[in-house]
Amino acid sequence: MSTLDKLITNCLRRGIVTRSIEAKEYELLGAELKGLINRRFARSFNIREVDTGSCGACEAEIIAANNPLYDISRFGVNFVASPRHADALLVTGPVSKNMVLALKKTYEAMPEPKFVISCGDCAFDGGVFLNSYYVEGGISKVLPVAFHIPGCPPTPLEIIKKLLTVLNKL
Amino acid sequence: MEKFLTDLETNYKLKSIKQLKNHDNEFYVEVAAAQFNAYCLALHKTFISTVMTMFAEEQKDHFIIYCGFAAEKMAAWIFVVLKVDKNKPEFPSIARQIYAANLFEREMREMFGLEPTGNPDGRRLRLHDEVWPEGNFPLRKDFGKEKDKALGEYRFSKVDGEGIFEVPVGPVHAGIIGPGHFRFSVAGEPIINLEIRLGFTHRGIEKLLEGKTVNEAVKLSEAVSGVSSVAHSWAFCQAAEKICGIKVPRSANYTRAIYLELERMYNHLAAIGGIALDVGFSQPAALAAIIKEALHQLNEKLTGSRFLKGTNVIGGAAKKISSEEEKLIWGTFSSLAKDFAELKEMLSGSVSFLDRVDTTGWLRKKSAEDFGVLGLSGRASGINFDLRQGFMPPYDDLDFKIATATTGDVLARLNLRLEEFAASISIIKKLLNSLSAETILAAKIENRAGFGLGVVEGARGPVLYWVSLNKSGKIERCKIVDPSFRSWQGLSYAVLDNIIPDFPVCNKSFDLSYAGNDL
Ligand code: SF4
Repeated sequence: MSTLDKLITNCLRRGIVTRSIEAKEYELLGAELKGLINRRFARSFNIREVDTGSCGACEAEIIAANNPLYDISRFGVNFVASPRHADALLVTGPVSKNMVLALKKTYEAMPEPKFVISCGDCAFDGGVFLNSYYVEGGISKVLPVAFHIPGCPPTPLEIIKKLLTVLNKL
Repeated sequence: MEKFLTDLETNYKLKSIKQLKNHDNEFYVEVAAAQFNAYCLALHKTFISTVMTMFAEEQKDHFIIYCGFAAEKMAAWIFVVLKVDKNKPEFPSIARQIYAANLFEREMREMFGLEPTGNPDGRRLRLHDEVWPEGNFPLRKDFGKEKDKALGEYRFSKVDGEGIFEVPVGPVHAGIIGPGHFRFSVAGEPIINLEIRLGFTHRGIEKLLEGKTVNEAVKLSEAVSGVSSVAHSWAFCQAAEKICGIKVPRSANYTRAIYLELERMYNHLAAIGGIALDVGFSQPAALAAIIKEALHQLNEKLTGSRFLKGTNVIGGAAKKISSEEEKLIWGTFSSLAKDFAELKEMLSGSVSFLDRVDTTGWLRKKSAEDFGVLGLSGRASGINFDLRQGFMPPYDDLDFKIATATTGDVLARLNLRLEEFAASISIIKKLLNSLSAETILAAKIENRAGFGLGVVEGARGPVLYWVSLNKSGKIERCKIVDPSFRSWQGLSYAVLDNIIPDFPVCNKSFDLSYAGNDL
């Protein structure tokens, strides 16, 4: 069998993996989120992610929200490569002094209307890094933050749940 | 060891001021400034050990500089110790002889204001000139508020010549990833120089740790590099336990090792998937992500944390692995075995994929040695060093063999990851089989003053914590070394002669941590 044949057979055998996730709740939430994004954001809600000094675990969970099991993009949430394409900025980390300028510039590069979501406990107020000489102590010290996703790190399920409430309130 | 040192001193005509044995396997040799270079060089050559750690500590009336080497055959650590007068804060640089010391020396200069005389590179690493005024040394004890002084600008090394142009990338990248600035100089297609500027996630962790109790510090050590939380917190706990004379039960170490291997497994999968994704081979990338997610879900069921946070406590492990949980692990492993076999087959069965990774991102053994690249990336280039061999007690009970390669390219690092992933499964199986009903927490936990070193071979390489505690059990100084700190330089060499579109795949094959490097 050629590699391509194998790939196709595998796909057929495996079926749609996204369904095998244990949390049924997730699919319901997703459907709701999708409806919301369809109405409010013309089917696609684009996020630009910035790390301002996270420990890396928050990033890993945001990546996990994009894996084939959670596959958040099928609900209309896309992570985009440029701030120019973004509706919202998702920011992790307590804001290291070195990232203040880059964070501001990324925000400025986004088209209006736009808003900021902070992600993870240390992005809220510095978390475990509070009182360090080199952190600003939360995203809200630098940019206006509309919403916060708590957790250290928040799980992919928590991320999507929070996104749902966020967009509902908008 | 004492005899070894006497022989070394006669052979190399060296002289020490004082020798001190600390705990079972740490030796401290104090030397005069004039002997510092020669002593370090002699140890470096006899042990063929790179500079494992190098740092300063402030005392009442002087600074102390430590330069640590690993004596693999003796399973011991040797620190060359130098006292530096506060009125003359300088020490002889050893970076010209042992290049791997370079970053450590620059680190001491920016953090302590200690001048490594003779080190040609005066640039700062983490306290960026654009936001942090000169003359503010955060790790000094009298550091309070930063003093206002002029800000500066970072100097990138410049490559000149006809047709050469620069491509700056970052600190904010296109993907969901940490921040770093990469400056490529290219002549046509091939990269002829890459300068990596890091430090963007600097959070001042070493300073934050000062004054904390050991229990408070464990949580912070987990956030140094969140995807290596077990390795970091274990290394910290190990150091603290050594100092306080806490006897960690065997079962506790086994439990810790099980979590460490689980951590290694999900990290390796992230890198394997990343390598596939970065050359546009999305199906294996998706499969790797599926297996990785299964592991995170297992972690959550076992410990309540998808990243195994909170598993290490001073004195042992936080929770026993019950027999139901053991079954859960077996179950997950048997169900992912098929996926993993398929993943391997997919990767090795695609000629066009192999063509992309074979000979790409080649790191020569010599360069890896010079930079002190250890861990998986070092092993892929033929450096057979792994702390699990000899330096970490629980592994002595298993007949554990490290996997190595020699070619040092993306393919070698990929294959090693696949091998280590499979090895981790068999290590965990062995550990689970020999877990006993024994307690997992030390019987007596008390505070003592002193200092000591904790070491763990994490997914990226050796994680080292040197800790000093005062009488009230609080941290006086804690030096953290994440393997990424030295390995980033290896990446900047490995990409030379490659094209920029291959940079992501080279980067992923190293899979280094921004947060661990920047502290
Ligand atoms: S919130 Fe926690 S997990 Fe997220 S970046 Fe901060 S320390 Fe890491």
